[in-house]
Amino acid sequence: MTEEQLTQVERIKANSRHLRGTIVDSLADPLTGALAEDDTQLSKFHGFYQQDDRDLRSERKRQRLEPAYSFMIRARVPAGVCSPDQWLTIDALASRYANGTIRLTTRQAIQLHGVIKRDLKKTIAGINESMLDTLAACGDVNRNVMAPPLPALSAIHRQVQADAETLSAHLTPATRAYHEIWLDGEKLDGKEVEPIYGDTYLPRKFKAAFVVPPMNDVDVFTQDLGFIAIVEHGKLAGYNVTVGGGMGMSHGEPGTYPRLGDVLGYCERDQVLAVSEAVVATQRDYGDRTNRKHARLKYTIDDRGLDWFRGEVESRSGTRLKDSRQFSFVANGDVYGWQESDDGRWHYTLFVQNGRVLDAGDREMLSGLRAIAAAHDGEFRFTPNQNLIISNVSQAQKSRIDELLAAHGIANEAQATPLRLHSLACVAMPTCGLAMAESERYLPSLIDRLDAELEAAGLAGEAITIRMTGCPNGCARPYVAEIGLVGKGPGRYNMYLGAGFAGDRLGSLFLENANEDEIIAALRELFRRHSAQRRPGERFGNFLVRTGVVRSVRNGRDFHDGPVDARTK
Amino acid sequence: MSTLAASSTSPPLADDQLKRVSQAVAGLTPVQLQWVSGYIAGLGASAMIPSSIPEAGRSLTILYGSQTGNGERVAGALAKRTDDLGFPTALYSLADYRPASLKRESLVVLVVSTHGEGDPPDDAELFHEYLLSGRAPRLTDLSYAVLALGDSTYVNFCQTGRELDARLEELGANRVLPIVECDLDYDEAASSWSDGIVAGLPDWLDVAPPAPRLHAVETAARHGKDNPFAAPVLLNQKITGGTSTKDVRHVELSLDGSGLSYEPGDSLGVVARNPRQLVAQVLDILGASEKDEVLVGNETVTLGEALTNRLEITACNQGFLRAWRDIRGASELGKLLEDGHQEALVEFLHKHQVIDVVRRFPVDIDAQHFVSLLRKLSPRSYSIASGPSANPGEVHLTVAVVQYAAFGQDHWGAASTHIADRVDEGDTLSVFVEPNSRFRLPADGNTDIIMIGPGTGVAPFRAFVEERVEQGARGRNWLFFGDRTFSDDFLYQLEWQRHLKRGGLHRLDVAFSRDQDNKIYVQDRIREHSAEVFDWLEQGAVIYVCGDAKRMACDVNDALVDVIAQHAEVDREAAQARLAELRREGRYRRDVY
Repeated sequence: MTEEQLTQVERIKANSRHLRGTIVDSLADPLTGALAEDDTQLSKFHGFYQQDDRDLRSERKRQRLEPAYSFMIRARVPAGVCSPDQWLTIDALASRYANGTIRLTTRQAIQLHGVIKRDLKKTIAGINESMLDTLAACGDVNRNVMAPPLPALSAIHRQVQADAETLSAHLTPATRAYHEIWLDGEKLDGKEVEPIYGDTYLPRKFKAAFVVPPMNDVDVFTQDLGFIAIVEHGKLAGYNVTVGGGMGMSHGEPGTYPRLGDVLGYCERDQVLAVSEAVVATQRDYGDRTNRKHARLKYTIDDRGLDWFRGEVESRSGTRLKDSRQFSFVANGDVYGWQESDDGRWHYTLFVQNGRVLDAGDREMLSGLRAIAAAHDGEFRFTPNQNLIISNVSQAQKSRIDELLAAHGIANEAQATPLRLHSLACVAMPTCGLAMAESERYLPSLIDRLDAELEAAGLAGEAITIRMTGCPNGCARPYVAEIGLVGKGPGRYNMYLGAGFAGDRLGSLFLENANEDEIIAALRELFRRHSAQRRPGERFGNFLVRTGVVRSVRNGRDFHDGPVDARTK
Repeated sequence: MSTLAASSTSPPLADDQLKRVSQAVAGLTPVQLQWVSGYIAGLGASAMIPSSIPEAGRSLTILYGSQTGNGERVAGALAKRTDDLGFPTALYSLADYRPASLKRESLVVLVVSTHGEGDPPDDAELFHEYLLSGRAPRLTDLSYAVLALGDSTYVNFCQTGRELDARLEELGANRVLPIVECDLDYDEAASSWSDGIVAGLPDWLDVAPPAPRLHAVETAARHGKDNPFAAPVLLNQKITGGTSTKDVRHVELSLDGSGLSYEPGDSLGVVARNPRQLVAQVLDILGASEKDEVLVGNETVTLGEALTNRLEITACNQGFLRAWRDIRGASELGKLLEDGHQEALVEFLHKHQVIDVVRRFPVDIDAQHFVSLLRKLSPRSYSIASGPSANPGEVHLTVAVVQYAAFGQDHWGAASTHIADRVDEGDTLSVFVEPNSRFRLPADGNTDIIMIGPGTGVAPFRAFVEERVEQGARGRNWLFFGDRTFSDDFLYQLEWQRHLKRGGLHRLDVAFSRDQDNKIYVQDRIREHSAEVFDWLEQGAVIYVCGDAKRMACDVNDALVDVIAQHAEVDREAAQARLAELRREGRYRRDVY
């Protein structure tokens, strides 16, 4: 591989002096609200993306003004745990510097949108003051490490969460650039060493998660690296290790595809760090740095084979992986409402539509959570499905929380049908630069129509997972939803059907480039059939596969085979 | 021009002489005629004129001091007339005239405007200061006349002319004509004053009327103030962002076929029409119909036409106030107009439009009477925002739309509202070029320039930079720009970014007053970068300032004084003198309004 073949991003990373680049100069440039182009790549490692208001793009060009640049800042929240005080800090920052909303992500992190350049440093410093940070929330490094959101459920969950936090700390980049730039830390100017990542970090983003069956709420098969807790005799024995999951693909490029992770083997708890480091290092050394669309771990594994990969991991970690153990998943969604944990505390999983916390009409989610944070002495926990758990509530406080939820119009009963409760959407328009179609702003109204169709089909109480993204990169994990809608152009989506309710099977293409009416018409017919022909308790996705409406796709490389467009049949 | 007999003034030839000349040139082509005219002019210059030079070398010197170019136009036209008539004539800008030379002059006529609240225009500042100072010599041999230009929206509207007129008398000079004061619609008054000068010259210079110089009529611009060009609007684009508190338009006009041309620094006169909402309100107050007929000057027009296209109903002036007071009788208004309330009056005129006075001090008045109190509607001037070489056949303007609430009512600016509300692509805007020779790029492209233009004051600098790029000028260009917010008020942001990237602009410093708790303005940026500003000045840079005269221009001036004081290590007085020196050298030029 010659120097010339490396991607531009590789060159930028290599010249960045451990992610410093010219970010400081970019921040100081008063003539533009943007960063220098190279810095827009490096900024991701610091936890923020440059975006612009796409609704205004053409208008501002005519006004001879540059795009309305702003930044999305992602705070890393390992395992999604956040104290009420931290929440109030984020809330204050969102109101003061961002667009007055907080976005819960599909990776248990939080995002602020619409922060302008001159407020970046104040916002990032504010996040750090709350003991959260944004380092490595994005970029070609290990991102927020996910874990089942409710460790209080059992001793197992608590141990898994501790392992997740340890791994998160272990894989955090060592660069001091972050502290220098945002926290006025001592200047080292890139002379530090990155022990795990090296000077050019990873070829592409890297995602890790822990999961405790039977819930697959973290969608472990969509992760580059997953740890499935194996419980034996009521104790956490160790983990099945999964590798090579990933959602992203590009339209019209069959060489790119979503892929479910493979179970590589079983490891003990105390081998988690060594195995993880070996997985990361193998990807660091063998991942494709000449093509960012072919750079994720999933392609490295498919190109070289799972056995080869296992050999690398074993030799690098000095660990021999054992045969994987039995496990099974039932769902990849959340359990809503109150749950009691083994210590007698209470936990309320609150549905947050598309993860967007804001005050909108009678639903005052932002104000409501502010009031709850002020009254609450437990924690907030973010779920992998963009929801929020008001966690660790005493019996005495429980009714107070209920009152506050009701007073702000945000209790689950007030909000949602089963379909809506199982929906996810990425941000897309107007801020995400990748979006080809609407997502967060559109899915709620599409669900209104689909709910009517479900009711007409006699399926009003039916939980179906439905996920939408504005582009094929798959932030909302649409390829493991029973109904996956992926933006192709304004008002146009590819519809993928037939994924498993537990996130254990990929959907496959059913409609290409379809508009709303075509989507509705197709689903109306399939709902009708499902209602009439399903077996007792049979999930929508399973039904479609069993009856041959779509193929069963487990292997990413089969994802594009024989595309089925229902309209051409 | 077809025959010599068509020449302007009555020639000093006997009938038979005239006949012979006419015969001699009959049948010549225009090109031949031009050659002959030059030939005869040459004869005149070498043979005829000396005989008519007055004894003791009495001659006419025309001096002008002008902020917007009006004074220069009047003075230039007069000089051309007197020169054509064979009177020895010299024409100077006051900026280029050594005041000490006055002692050697026999007849001086001064055309001078007044700037803002009674200040001399930039190019007259030093002359004015000298003449009013104790250093001015006795001028008992001097004869003089003054034409004062101004804008009666301002209280002291012809102050500089008045001061110079009175001072010359005080110094012993002989006033040959009483001062004439002109308002914005100066054409008629100025031309009858010029007629008076021409008529008086033989007496004052003590010569018989000399032979007129005969030459081909030069091809005058077909379109001027009296005959504006209906320029098709190519683009009328708001260039402030969605949440801006301001509406600023970028307007592109076609000059194709107009014969009009301009240079960077020139202004464009735009024929204004009063806002129809305002006209409706005035009609309502008068209880009159737009179809009613009134006499304006000596022309009968409908009231709607008079209020829309003929008369000033936005800007209020002292004359109107006095007339209104006379109708209404003793009142608060009367008090304001008494001596000693100067400042209050200035403030009042600044804040009130005609309609505010009418509303606040109601009187019973018929439409004809009301109309007779109003001033002629003046065209509005906008600094041209386009470089002629980069935009052939086009002229661009940067227009801030004036719309605000006061006294519980909406208010509108005349021309800008017209542009904002009534002018779309495909419509036309009546325009003419107003040359501004005092605001020109350095002739030498190697000279550095510093441009200070906050708000729409940035307009001529867009023209400057475009022109310098086209010229391939090698001098550096530094722009200071300021406005309210970075996100929505950074006028021409994309263009500046492009110029910076491509080397057309070398430095850009910006000040956005409302983006932080403390307000930051261009003068603060000048002080911040004082060492570099001084360095550029030392290397010969020319400074240009365009925009608000009331505050910005003074604040920027102060900042420049500070820059010089700090880095030349002199006191403020010496720094002021250095700045005055720069102004005299044409290295500190302003187009402020």
